[in-house]
Amino acid sequence: MNLNALRAFVVKEFHHILRDRQTLTILLMMPLVQVILFGYALRSDVRDIRLAVIDPTPDNATIELQSRFLSTNRFRLETISKTPDVIEPLFRRGRADVALVFDPGFASHLRGVDPARILIAVDASDPNTGTTYLNYTRAVIARYQAELNAQNRQVQIVTETRMRFNPTLESVNLFVPGLIALVLVLVSALMTAISLSREKERGTMEVLLVSPLRPQHIIVGKVIPYLGLGFANVLTALLAAWVVFHVPFRGSVVLLLVESVIYTIVSLALGVLVAARTSSQRAAMLTAMLATMLPNALLSGMIFPIASMPAWLRPVTYIVPARWFIVIARGIMLKGVGLTILWRETLILSVMAMLLLAAAMRSFKPRLE
Amino acid sequence: MNFAIDARDLTRRFGSFIAVDSITFDVGAGEVFGFLGANGAGKTTAIKMLVGLLAPSEGVAHVAGFDIRTQRDQIRRNIGYMSQRFSLYADLTVRENIRLYGGIYGLTPAQIAERAATMLDTLGLSANADDLVARLPLGWKQKLAFSVALVHQPKIVFLDEPTGGVDPITRRQFWELIYAAASRGTTVFVTTHYMDEAEYCDRISIMVDGRIAALGTPTELKEKYGADSVDDVFVRLARAPKGEAA
Repeated sequence: MNLNALRAFVVKEFHHILRDRQTLTILLMMPLVQVILFGYALRSDVRDIRLAVIDPTPDNATIELQSRFLSTNRFRLETISKTPDVIEPLFRRGRADVALVFDPGFASHLRGVDPARILIAVDASDPNTGTTYLNYTRAVIARYQAELNAQNRQVQIVTETRMRFNPTLESVNLFVPGLIALVLVLVSALMTAISLSREKERGTMEVLLVSPLRPQHIIVGKVIPYLGLGFANVLTALLAAWVVFHVPFRGSVVLLLVESVIYTIVSLALGVLVAARTSSQRAAMLTAMLATMLPNALLSGMIFPIASMPAWLRPVTYIVPARWFIVIARGIMLKGVGLTILWRETLILSVMAMLLLAAAMRSFKPRLE
Repeated sequence: MNFAIDARDLTRRFGSFIAVDSITFDVGAGEVFGFLGANGAGKTTAIKMLVGLLAPSEGVAHVAGFDIRTQRDQIRRNIGYMSQRFSLYADLTVRENIRLYGGIYGLTPAQIAERAATMLDTLGLSANADDLVARLPLGWKQKLAFSVALVHQPKIVFLDEPTGGVDPITRRQFWELIYAAASRGTTVFVTTHYMDEAEYCDRISIMVDGRIAALGTPTELKEKYGADSVDDVFVRLARAPKGEAA
């Protein structure tokens, strides 16, 4: 590969992007605006914590503690049950935020030598909110204990905590990975499709194809600047999420950026394919929107959980690149896991990237039939 | 003789439509060869086969001594091409366009800087080197596009209707550039439908319905058809019933 030729071409691509100030501004601001809009729209209110109480043997102490919770105005009783098997379905459906599980014979333990035990299970799919739930819950229990001790009763309440991860509950934390996926597709697929079809429309593509520049140069030359823009977008989205909403980042930023590169290559290749099959900028733009943005937004699990889709639709999501990227990004950001857990999704994305890139390069050849 | 271009029975079909029908011609090195024909006569299809944008259906052709079917890469390095449509980037400056095409054709930065300076000086564009191409008048754009197509000093330059939409004075200046290139030994293959321009060519071919209906120097053709101008020759050939043209 002639590096001078490639460099000249990449410089040209950077000029195109940097000269079009309006588009560039939109592209750079997009992650910021989207994170803030989606973030506020989806923010869960910590004033309205839904409480599930599991009380196998109701007594005056458990009922008293329950009423303490409800009198704070922060907690709302969602359900009360004698057995703990209701917790799982409640959390799964996102119907409860906190479950209090009392030990059998709570009041008698309070009077006795053994400590009285409460298990606190918290839906921590949004870890920040989860921590807040936990702190409120503990505060109520601690105050109750302190009051009893003030009456000289020397009671001991031991709490045990379970942070539960609920994959179907949407929250700003879960949205940020999805947003990154969406912004990358938008920037990569849409902008490549537009920029390539513009070259076709204006006739400059012919001149490029007559030059010693090979199709792979042209594709790589288009890819490099948009990879840079994609990097900027990922970092902006992460920064906005962290500064505005305190979304945590538990895993490796480097790994996320590497995965973003793979995912961006998939999107760029889709953009090239769209450009190869359309003849005008407008058609390329609309096709890219329909073929990449919509499925990536709707069928990736970003907005609608895949588990709640009809059975026939679920297999379709396997071919949506964002579906895999979102699993990866959520894993890295929210769970802090690495390749040992995410190798399967990474492999699928990589294979997609290679196949689509090969198809994109081939799509240039039919011009010389 | 060493030909810059030779074509033998070159044919291109699109389905059942024959765009270029078995054309045969040679272009000598350093010649200005006019490729004439009405719109739709097959000029652009022929030129696209020669520059490697379209594969021929039948026939053989060599450009700069290389086979158009099997040696496209060698051909690409030895030709310049100015397409029917404006081929510079309007959102890049004059200098950036020169750098781009110089770079694509493998020139070193030093070579590019030197040739850019000469080119801008010749065109009288030195003061506008950092202007966006979009701001230049059309005539200047076309002259610049031609010069950029020559930046790597190709053996042969293909010009597909380079003077479309340009005023007569600019057209004259454009032809001065063509002559200057030819005098440096560049072979010029130019399509046009301005018949006055045909008079400037060393030899011309006239395409009618995908075939070469006439081929020779402008003087030879005018004598052969008893016409006063190439325009007359063209009108006679174009009006002749099919099959009798040659």
